[in-house]
Amino acid sequence: MSTTTYHLIGTRPPRHDGADKVTGRALYGADLKLAGTLHGAILRSPHAHARIVSIDTKAASQHPACRAVVTAEDFPETPDRIVDLGEGDTPLSYIRGNMLARRKTLYQGHAVAAVAATSPQAAAEIAALIQVVYEPLPCVLTAPAAMAKGAPLLHGDLRCTEFGQPTTEASNVADHFRQVMGDSEKGFAEADVIVEREFTTSTVHQGYIEPHTATALWNNDGRLLIWCSTQGSFVVRDTVACMLDLPVSRVRVTPMEIGGGFGGKVPVYVEPVAALLSKKSGQPVKITMTRREVLEGSGPTPGSFIRVKIGAKQDGTLVAAQAYLAYEAGAYPGAMVAPAATCVFAAYDIANQTIDGYDVVVNKPSTAPYRAPGATNAAFATETVLDEIAEKLKLDPLALRLKNASKEGTRRADGAKFRRIGCVEVLETMKAHPHYTAPLGEPSHAEAKRGRGVAVGFWMNAGLPSSCTLNVHADGSVGLIEGSTDIGGSRTSIAMMAAEVLGLQADDMRPSVVDTDTIGYTGVTGGSRTTFATGWAAYEAAQDVVKQMKERAAKLWKVDEVHFADGVFSAGEHRLSFKELAARVGEVGAPVVGRASINAKGPGGSFAGAIVDVEVDVETGKTSILRFTCVQDAGKAIHPSYVEGQMQGGSVQGIGWALNEEYFMSPEGRMMNASFLDYRMPTALDVPMIDTAIVEVPNPVHPYGVRGVGEANIVSPPAAIANAIHAATGCRMRHLPMNPPSVLAAIQQC
Amino acid sequence: MPSVYIPALLRSATGGQELVKVPGATVREVVASLEREFPALVGRLVKDGRLLPNLAIGIDGEVSFLGLAEDVGPEQEVQFLTAIKGGRSEALS
Amino acid sequence: MKVHVQFTLNGEPAEFLAEPRQTLLECLRDNLNLTGTKEGCGDGNCGSCSVLLDGQLVTSCLVLGVETQGQRVDTVEGIAKGSTLHPIQKAFIDHAALQCGICTPGFLMATKALLDHEPNPTEPQIRLWLANNLCRCTGYDKIVRAVQAAAAEMRA
Ligand code: FES
Ligand code: FES
Repeated sequence: MSTTTYHLIGTRPPRHDGADKVTGRALYGADLKLAGTLHGAILRSPHAHARIVSIDTKAASQHPACRAVVTAEDFPETPDRIVDLGEGDTPLSYIRGNMLARRKTLYQGHAVAAVAATSPQAAAEIAALIQVVYEPLPCVLTAPAAMAKGAPLLHGDLRCTEFGQPTTEASNVADHFRQVMGDSEKGFAEADVIVEREFTTSTVHQGYIEPHTATALWNNDGRLLIWCSTQGSFVVRDTVACMLDLPVSRVRVTPMEIGGGFGGKVPVYVEPVAALLSKKSGQPVKITMTRREVLEGSGPTPGSFIRVKIGAKQDGTLVAAQAYLAYEAGAYPGAMVAPAATCVFAAYDIANQTIDGYDVVVNKPSTAPYRAPGATNAAFATETVLDEIAEKLKLDPLALRLKNASKEGTRRADGAKFRRIGCVEVLETMKAHPHYTAPLGEPSHAEAKRGRGVAVGFWMNAGLPSSCTLNVHADGSVGLIEGSTDIGGSRTSIAMMAAEVLGLQADDMRPSVVDTDTIGYTGVTGGSRTTFATGWAAYEAAQDVVKQMKERAAKLWKVDEVHFADGVFSAGEHRLSFKELAARVGEVGAPVVGRASINAKGPGGSFAGAIVDVEVDVETGKTSILRFTCVQDAGKAIHPSYVEGQMQGGSVQGIGWALNEEYFMSPEGRMMNASFLDYRMPTALDVPMIDTAIVEVPNPVHPYGVRGVGEANIVSPPAAIANAIHAATGCRMRHLPMNPPSVLAAIQQC
Repeated sequence: MPSVYIPALLRSATGGQELVKVPGATVREVVASLEREFPALVGRLVKDGRLLPNLAIGIDGEVSFLGLAEDVGPEQEVQFLTAIKGGRSEALS
Repeated sequence: MKVHVQFTLNGEPAEFLAEPRQTLLECLRDNLNLTGTKEGCGDGNCGSCSVLLDGQLVTSCLVLGVETQGQRVDTVEGIAKGSTLHPIQKAFIDHAALQCGICTPGFLMATKALLDHEPNPTEPQIRLWLANNLCRCTGYDKIVRAVQAAAAEMRA
């Protein structure tokens, strides 16, 4: 556990953007108003699967308020090719196709054409004037249906890759991979208890409150300027440049303040369309999605079909595990099933494993990452099967987990071997937590039953490049320039890491998140990497500042060597604090500007566990959360309030996923609940306080021991709640969400 | 010499060996050595100088951003992990 | 045909020209350039656009701009007294009750409405009054605590 003492790290200073955000002054994407801005609107497909016979834009173009109309034909004529925009190899045609459909629409809400007009109302009216003739086609909405023989094919040209080898078979399965370790058949033969279950989980949305929005200006100097709400300005720059066939030097992306993302604002949706409209109209164009468009047209996270089989010895030793993971990618390949495979048994040391993953296209919106993408669905299966094994073996569920917990040196089925991780420490903290042994209390009425459940989850986190510049000012304050979108206070955590090196307070730092011209390449705010990687870059930039300040001091004092400790530069009799020296830098040299760019390696991965008490009304099937505790390994909590905030936010998203949230699809593939009234996310009334326990098992490679904490916390709640419902009712839940109808159905069947 | 963890599905190419040691200071060099020693691996990891799209490089258990260009220390282990995205349009193959 | 609307905005007389179909949210953001009030859904289900209309908490996306004729409207821009933050604003910062901050203006207005009505609310009362405001980032824990702290501070 962490022992180093710091003057600033681990404290809770107010965030630098706090005043702007509580006064309404902070500028989010939709708040930007460039002179002469036109408003864009997108026409979307009413059909889940249809051939586009014709698009007639004449009536729309002739409307007096219309300034431009675009369709897929307006993308430059470049041959298709494979591009890697940070999420692996993808055909350019798929990326463009999701922006504006060509030949076919693949989901209801698929963008077909767009217009720019003088007001948002006019734009919506004009978009409706575009005449599209569709030839509707049969649709497929779930992975098993899409994998069935004779299923309608989304992409005539999609060929399944089987174990890394191309096949010639046209299919809705883009990829089938298998990870094998040991011999699972042999393992199962040695097992005393085997539990095998099937699970289904519905499509859910990230549910950020701010809709996607972008303003684009195709400037008269030929440069394309974009202001948008994104988790990664450089990904937007590279994607837009690629789609529009421009060199990246011609595109500048300015990230505005962002109203949540959770992975859903990694992909690009409206930026290239606004750019094409601006090019045609010669004016800036802003496109802001409606909530319906967000739900129907931006990426939710995959629904899935999962089969998990686990075998254990009488003493609880897990000897074999098998998983079949079929994930719905939505309209284009990329269901994040590989991370699901990585995470499905990651918490346990099991010698014999076989994991099959299927990336399956279906007629639903192209999916996007959502907080530990893939892992929550998988943990729902594994962690409820383990609960059943514990029950059969009459073992405490945490004791069973601890007996098999992964630790340093444990190999996963994907071949990776864990470095120092905090799985054991998280489980021990859960076991020792007062919540785990507290009395459940009496049910509130005769038809109510109470139960407690636990589960644990893993997310591997990401590293990737980050850059940082520090400008030392004469009053000893430091301007910190970085490129990581700040979604939850990260600019303050990052500033604290630099300030710790410099012996300064958080208040001495002036952090800014800037555009793609102004800072070196920085990867997305995603993969729980921002505090880890950009914070590390800030640490290195601060080291660069110290080095330069020492040189200035040496010159000032005419000495060879200068020491720096606790914020004070010294040599013999000479002593100057950081601020005193900053004021005198100009006497002996150039301004001090520290820089660093890193390719952060070794994010280390984070484990998080949930303990939850529920009350189930067995007459209505309604489940209420009575008490919830989240335990997570943060490596080192830089700003504990923001770490707790991630844990609480992820937990409540997990509660929503568990109990309410889902895309209701009609058989024709229409989303029946595309509003916040019917897509029901938790409100303040639906949840209790969320207790947190931060575990600190330092990440050995990071200067402060940081592990990202943004994601692992969402992984375990649905499984923990399912286990709690079982404890209350004796019934096993195998479908998400566990809403009143599905709980009632389970009660009737068990 | 760095070690390489051979995925189970490719182990027929290494005569069943799970962990092999081959010389190389970058992943690219390691793969070249592997292919020299186990010719059956040619085309199974790298094609036309590029990592196959279904694979990602892991070094000591963590995904490498640089892939084939990543440095490998003599004590380190290289793994071939499952890439996040697969999928292949026929028009491109 | 635009309508000339005169009303009291954050304590000051103000006026604007509105198309009859424009919502109060649009009038605030587009006609009066007060972009502190946010749009999360446009149909009354997220609370990001919450303002006070004659002291009553409303979602401004469901009110027409022309309906505010002669009324009093209070928005997030009017909570602070000059350069001094209101205790509710300060409590939200000190208790880390915002992450992305897009829901914050709405929560501040809902909290103000609650504390104007009930200076010493219980936790269930707080949760009930804030139940029309969605926050996807925080899980509400720190928001509820910030409201409790602000209430205590304002009673002191
Ligand atoms: S924008 Fe008014 S309630 Fe959501
Ligand atoms: S802080 Fe992001 S929605 Fe509340």
